[in-house]
Amino acid sequence: MSLDPTRVRKDFPILERELNGRRLVYLDSAASSQKPRAVIDAMTRFIETSYAPTHRSAYTLATEATEAYETARLKVRRFVNAPSETEIVFTKNATESLNLVAYSWGRANLRAGDAVVLTHMEHHANIVPWQMLAAERGIELRWVPLTADGRLELTSLDELLDGAKAFCFTAMSNVLGTINPVRRLADAAHAHGAVAVVDACQYVPHVPTDVQAMGADFLAFSGHKMCGPTGVGVLWGREELLEAMPPFLGGGQMIADVRLDGFTPAPLPAKFEAGTPPIVEVVGLGAAIDYLGELGMADVRAHEQAVTAYALRVLHDRLGDRLTIHGPSSVEDRGGTVSLALEGVHPHDVSQVLDQTNVCVRAGHHCAKPLMRQLGVGATARASFYIYNDESDADALADGLVAATDFFSF
Amino acid sequence: MAGLEDLYREIILDHYRSPRNRGELDMPPAVRAEGFNPLCGDEIVIYVVVDDGVVRDIKISGQGCSISQSSASMMSAAVKGKSLDEARRLVRAFKAMMSIHEHVLDGDDGAEESEVLADVKLGDLEALRGVVKFPVRIKCATLAWNTLVQGLDEAAAPAGR
Repeated sequence: MSLDPTRVRKDFPILERELNGRRLVYLDSAASSQKPRAVIDAMTRFIETSYAPTHRSAYTLATEATEAYETARLKVRRFVNAPSETEIVFTKNATESLNLVAYSWGRANLRAGDAVVLTHMEHHANIVPWQMLAAERGIELRWVPLTADGRLELTSLDELLDGAKAFCFTAMSNVLGTINPVRRLADAAHAHGAVAVVDACQYVPHVPTDVQAMGADFLAFSGHKMCGPTGVGVLWGREELLEAMPPFLGGGQMIADVRLDGFTPAPLPAKFEAGTPPIVEVVGLGAAIDYLGELGMADVRAHEQAVTAYALRVLHDRLGDRLTIHGPSSVEDRGGTVSLALEGVHPHDVSQVLDQTNVCVRAGHHCAKPLMRQLGVGATARASFYIYNDESDADALADGLVAATDFFSF
Repeated sequence: MAGLEDLYREIILDHYRSPRNRGELDMPPAVRAEGFNPLCGDEIVIYVVVDDGVVRDIKISGQGCSISQSSASMMSAAVKGKSLDEARRLVRAFKAMMSIHEHVLDGDDGAEESEVLADVKLGDLEALRGVVKFPVRIKCATLAWNTLVQGLDEAAAPAGR
């Protein structure tokens, strides 16, 4: 059964809101998605009935809270087909997940002169932690360039990976919408003895995800981009890698024993979950996974491909040469994130005009300044489509862009 | 709801279409200051020549939205030929106009600062007053001014003389 965006929209209370007598056209889900009633209710219900600190006490509430928290971990495991729930680490967000890998795995495994390979389409979250490590350890960073249509240029991948210890890449670009061939990239990394660190922040909310089929070693994503709340992210890592890594943050919960002369870390995944975790948010993420599971991720992907194909077509028809799309022009291996350049109109001004009709798009560098430099722009306007968007939203975007060109035509 | 015409006044669009004092200057005598809006990637470079306590020349390059570009253009026209002291007072007056003051929280009207700067004539720059109604755009409008302050500080520093 295919996804019906009109029905889906009814699940999201915020989308009932009108501003100045007009409905919202929310096209910024790549930055953060809206939340369905099921998630809001699950979090409220948990707070109202079962909230207590987890993993601490024997009383009934604490047991219920712990059970809710750990059930969410099982849901995450199944959602990404991880071999074991002990490999699912809850973090604050994908940024923290990637920092955890760079800090903990990186410090344990990288020495001066070692190389880490990144790509020109990475989000700052998958660049800066490695740059921090590079500055501290004297490691070399190498970069996979892009093709003209916004895909990875892989012809010299083997040279770049030669002697590298890690290959860190996004599964889907948050600017271009490009979906990368994760399996092929992971295999290439492994052939050179490097680990594959996958930023799947833009992928997990939109595409059926199987970490084993991907061949990844680490995979990071955030709850708030997949209908869940802010404040919770996930790091999945292969067990033997996580086992061999030193802890990241120290504190309560992550220890088996603490003495005056030192500590023994807790077993996985507690080892990487120091302090009181985002309990309510984890429960909310579990509810978001249930919600997406009911929609069916294959249908989610099919819907987004269809609405993106429509958007690309209508934008081209309505705006022609005045509009440039940064990134793949076909929907093969492409997600619902569309970065735009409108001739003669700065992205900030584009988004300001679109706001007149409640069309919400992001304008800026999207935390990908190296990519902006590659594209030769300071910023783009980015529309991103999700489960609650349909063809009428693409039409509203096109109307707004036409209005922006009219307003700024000199 | 504040409409587009509150933000994009005709004079703003005019400065955006035909920016004044666009370009670069030889260094020395000019000093160069660079500003970034980390949120949106806008960049501005200001070249300023200060001689005998007067802003003799100013040129601006870089890229940005209509608000940041027109604000920079109007600023360059407003400070050229002014004394350092006048230029600094203009910066203060402009930034005061662009601020959402804490006195909004306290219920007073911020009259004190206004009195000090009452004699500063903002002229065309008044057109940017509407930007305050669009809080995320305030940083666009102030980018050039913050960068100018860096340039003036450098030009006024002993090593820059």
